[in-house]
Amino acid sequence: MTINEKQDEIIDEFDLFDDPLDKTQYIIDLGKKLPPMPEKYLTDDNRIMGCQSKVWLGAEKQGDTIHFFADAEPTAQISKGLISLLIRVLSDEKPEAIASADIYFIEKVGMGNLVTSRRAGGLASMLAQMKAYGQVYATNPA
Amino acid sequence: MQTATDILDIQRIRADFPILDQLVNGKQLVYFDNAATTQKPLPVLDALSGYYGGYNANIHRGIHQLAEKATAAFEATRRKFQEFLNAEHLEEIIFTYGTTDGINLVAQSYGRRFLKEGDEIIISTLEHHSNIVPWQMLCEEKGCILKVIPIDDNGDLLIDEYEKLLTERTKLVSVVHVSNALGTINPIRTIIDKAHAVGAVVLIDGAQASSHITLDVQALDCDFYSLSAHKLYGPTGMGVLYGKKAILNAMPPYRGGGEMIKEVTFEKTTYNDLPYKFEAGTPNIADVIAARTALEYIEGLGKENIAAYEHELLMYATEKLGEIDGLRIVGQAREKVSVISFVLDGIHHQDTGVILDQLGIAVRTGHHCTQPLMHRLGIAGTSRASFAVYNTREEIDRLAQGILRVQKMMM
Repeated sequence: MTINEKQDEIIDEFDLFDDPLDKTQYIIDLGKKLPPMPEKYLTDDNRIMGCQSKVWLGAEKQGDTIHFFADAEPTAQISKGLISLLIRVLSDEKPEAIASADIYFIEKVGMGNLVTSRRAGGLASMLAQMKAYGQVYATNPA
Repeated sequence: MQTATDILDIQRIRADFPILDQLVNGKQLVYFDNAATTQKPLPVLDALSGYYGGYNANIHRGIHQLAEKATAAFEATRRKFQEFLNAEHLEEIIFTYGTTDGINLVAQSYGRRFLKEGDEIIISTLEHHSNIVPWQMLCEEKGCILKVIPIDDNGDLLIDEYEKLLTERTKLVSVVHVSNALGTINPIRTIIDKAHAVGAVVLIDGAQASSHITLDVQALDCDFYSLSAHKLYGPTGMGVLYGKKAILNAMPPYRGGGEMIKEVTFEKTTYNDLPYKFEAGTPNIADVIAARTALEYIEGLGKENIAAYEHELLMYATEKLGEIDGLRIVGQAREKVSVISFVLDGIHHQDTGVILDQLGIAVRTGHHCTQPLMHRLGIAGTSRASFAVYNTREEIDRLAQGILRVQKMMM
């Protein structure tokens, strides 16, 4: 499935909900299922700054794709849910595809303010960091 | 006995604030972020548009009628703030861009002129970053030492510990009147007296106090008092620094430019008198003019009535939120204004804020620009509901229901 196909799939899932609170509940439930991040990635270097909640992002080159690990502090369930969606869309994709991805699902499902504003964790910084990993691995394949 | 609720017609007051009558996320707005900024009543909005639509002109130097009218309105605000603060002299009222600007003015003008290496500045654990960073910058430049009054777990300052910090090296004490994060009302008269006893000057950060507490700078005997109009139902970008005349006269100008000069030649500039010495450049005329209307609005309701009504809201909210399992109120000081900070067990304050917003309830979440205080309390942040005169018990009920909804969603 391409990055855009995954985004469209998420948009279809969120279309099932009319009430924004149901969407938020869905994000919270996704957050609860986010696998824990390997201990070795929970470092200050991997901390995404500028967020109200503590958020970490790690990346590993696996074959010709990048696998992302990310997590938020245990109580930050909405951040965890949003992280899980970003990982679902961008993880295990080729660096070039990640670097050039047009991420439109966030706006389409009505979560734009959650991701871009400071109040909900500045996850825009995390998205930018994921794309930066794509850029780095695309230009330095080793 | 008549209560403040009986005296004030809250529904009529709410009609003065059209912004409150709107849906947010499909729900009737509940605005509980008043400690960040209060909403503005119609007379203040009318004053702003009245100036721009009727007599917009640059002030003081114009001889035409619009300039005269604008100047008169601008200076009438100064007189109104003199009354509001009970300052002895009109020229003790300096217009600034807000509380932070006023603190920076004192740090950069008074601090750079009169403080030297080894001198000590005392602040408190309750300070907003605005009353920490300007002093750190000054300490870095001049080699001064910053000392901090500790608090107890309720959020009250430890005055005994403050006394131990005071020495002949203490040159300046800068303390917040009311904590923005916890609502604590500090015993500033005691703090001021003890500072004066060792010869230190005192600045009070009045950003949060000015809308809740009747102020009298002469009775307090503070040397400086800084506040913001936007927390007083007035416009943003406008504030007042009160300073004792003798001290202000001894201070050098902080910014150079128009208005603050008497005469300029390429060889030498002589500076204007107070208060203009500290008001370089074209000021924020419209907002200064509208700030007077905000003070008149407060006067019309009666500041004591507002304070009493807000206290009733605080008591009601403390009781309602106190009934919620898994909710802890942060800050239980002996005296508080209408601010309730709280944390929910196992729930991040950011998530609380997001869900309450979806329920139409505006609260503030995070560290409230008081990171050292949060560190002292051992928390990353809180959710904060702060009440103003237009809020109601029904809105507090909605907050309590909203919190229960947050807890249910996070289970």
